[in-house]
Amino acid sequence: MTTGEATKTRSGALLDSVKSASWQSWLAFALIAILLIALLIQAAANPGQFVSQLLIGITNGAIIALIALGYTLVYGIIELINFAHGDNFMIGSFVGLTLLAGLGMFSPITGDSGVLLKIVGVLMALVVAMVVCGFINVAIERIAYKPLRRSPRLAVLITAIGMSFILQNVGLVWKGPAQVPFPELISSANIFASNSIIFRWKDLFVIAATVPLLLGLSYFIKNTKQGKAMRAVAQDKEAAAMVGINVNRTISITFLLGGILAGASGVMFGLFNGITVFNIGFTQGLYAFTAAVLGGIGNLSGAVLGGFLIGVIGSMADQYIGVRWTSIVIFGVLVLVLVFRPKGLLGDRSATQGGGQ
Amino acid sequence: MARAKRYALPAGLILLAFLFPVIDPLIDAVLGKSLLFSAIVIAIYVMLALGLNIVVGFAGLLDLGFVAFYALGAYVAGWFASGHFKQLSFSFLSAAPSETVSGNAVPGIHLSFWIILVLAGAFTALCGVVIGFPTLRLRGDYLAIVTLGFGEIIPRFFQNGDDLGGFNLSNGTVGIKPIDSPGFPFLPDSLPAWQQFGTLDLHPWYYTILVLVLITVYVNIRLRDSKLGRAWVSVREDETAAAAMGINPVTTKLWAYALGATFGGIAGAFYGSFVSSIFPTSFSFNVSILILCMVVLGGMGNIYGVILGAIALQGLNFYLLPQINTWVHQIGNAVGSATLAGADIPKYNFFIFGVILVLMMLLRPEGIIPNRQRQEELHEGDDDQSATAEPANA
Repeated sequence: MTTGEATKTRSGALLDSVKSASWQSWLAFALIAILLIALLIQAAANPGQFVSQLLIGITNGAIIALIALGYTLVYGIIELINFAHGDNFMIGSFVGLTLLAGLGMFSPITGDSGVLLKIVGVLMALVVAMVVCGFINVAIERIAYKPLRRSPRLAVLITAIGMSFILQNVGLVWKGPAQVPFPELISSANIFASNSIIFRWKDLFVIAATVPLLLGLSYFIKNTKQGKAMRAVAQDKEAAAMVGINVNRTISITFLLGGILAGASGVMFGLFNGITVFNIGFTQGLYAFTAAVLGGIGNLSGAVLGGFLIGVIGSMADQYIGVRWTSIVIFGVLVLVLVFRPKGLLGDRSATQGGGQ
Repeated sequence: MARAKRYALPAGLILLAFLFPVIDPLIDAVLGKSLLFSAIVIAIYVMLALGLNIVVGFAGLLDLGFVAFYALGAYVAGWFASGHFKQLSFSFLSAAPSETVSGNAVPGIHLSFWIILVLAGAFTALCGVVIGFPTLRLRGDYLAIVTLGFGEIIPRFFQNGDDLGGFNLSNGTVGIKPIDSPGFPFLPDSLPAWQQFGTLDLHPWYYTILVLVLITVYVNIRLRDSKLGRAWVSVREDETAAAAMGINPVTTKLWAYALGATFGGIAGAFYGSFVSSIFPTSFSFNVSILILCMVVLGGMGNIYGVILGAIALQGLNFYLLPQINTWVHQIGNAVGSATLAGADIPKYNFFIFGVILVLMMLLRPEGIIPNRQRQEELHEGDDDQSATAEPANA
């Protein structure tokens, strides 16, 4: 079969799916079109503001995408919504904060420290948070989820919620109930000379830190033996075990990867927003889960796409609807996607696909 | 004889519950504090837990947003029994006076509390159907997330609902207050506490919530043993098989969802009248988890268990944690540690609830007082494990 034919059948399938689209998808399509047109009108009125919001959305989306990958990796492999993942992200930001501001190893790194010290500090915070969160995630899996692998899913979900609350309270004991400030290490100055479009060094930092992580993950999953094992276990655990894959170790490594990404995004979130708080993991975790579902749970590129989309939707809602409605808009997206397109934009890759039981 | 034995325990417990206000002064004398107020709050949570038990225990659907129905019920009480809608003036059988001292009509809608209870139940059931109908087709864990989403959306909506295109629906973070007290306005003047429930005499409140709880228990028992109850069990155990036997899984689940919501709403309406002021912040995700924790601790699907779970966890909140707090402070003072002496233990109650959820699921997923059938289901995996382990060893 030539590639030409393959494209043809694919476009034919696309045409068929358009023809057979239900009234619901037409309705959704019309709704999205109306929203986009409204957005374009707003954008035309003040393009600078629109582009700035878009960039902020992409930056926020990068952080959300990293958390969403953790959800999607775990869901893809053991079909569990790891509620504790968002709180692990919070722990990551606390670890970063402790290293940057609280440790006596060297004087607290602040905005006035030298550039080299700042770079070393940020890198160290990222690496330590990644390691700590990775191991926390593995430990949670070993202690709380592994013994329940054969129980009804309700039991594991309840355990995950319990773990989430335990981690949240660890954060509460650690840093108290109030918001804690992060040191201003990365300049909030605009990169562009003109002030019509705002893209700060902070935003650049988040993008610059996310891209290598995403590439690394993609390489790991696609090209390494362990990555291949992960894909095999995600497809069929028993068959994978039969061909000699250590299923338990593969699941642990999946949790490790998820934790690493959560740790990195925790530190990035703190540096980017300048604050962190013990219950930040709940909202951010729910946003990230929305992103994972939007892209198609179990689907890695879907999680990244969903993350960026949720980031942009959030920043647009901030700008054009009002900050206090943003979370409602995003949770609304979550509910609508789950109800009307449970397999997500790019398709569900988990073993039990689609909506049914 | 057997019959008498079977009813002895429930009858004794009900009698004890009715006599509790009589015993309470004695407790007051011994412990130095009256338990009546906390008994009322505990009873509200018993009702909520029994409502959630229908969804989680009977139908096996994980609902993480039960607080939404509690909030909706409370706001029904806020809308229909307070001066919130100032543009209207309407009173109907309300215990609150319908005219001000100067003879003007009181602004706002003031319906009788007893009508509001029914209204709240019906309204939340409707909301349950509206929320549940599109979502109940989803697999279990997606359903949990959708309910969690609604549980977050509804309180936040009330928080922002003070200006919906110029219309003040929920008065935002300020909340709605004061909400009218319930009462029986037609009673003779010799019973002032029953004419309009006050804050001084809590007995009418206690007996009202007790009757509500007993109705809830009765409905729970009857539902469990009904055709619908058996349908819930079959859908919970194997949806495909149940569907093949002619049970419609969506309608069956929808009933569970709507009935659970009804009790949540009624409890919310009672809560709104009892505390007389409602704020969106009272209805956080934590409340959903607290109620879930009660159901899990007591035993999913077992009515006694759920009641015990609610009493135990609220008792923990009300008495044990403050007590532990005092002990920790004493230890802190004795050792000379400022952190211990100033620690605020009750703040960390959700740590304990998290630990309870994890430990119960790991060690005794069926709860303290298990439902026999549920116990078998939750331990099904254990047999599986040994069954698959044996040939592997051989």
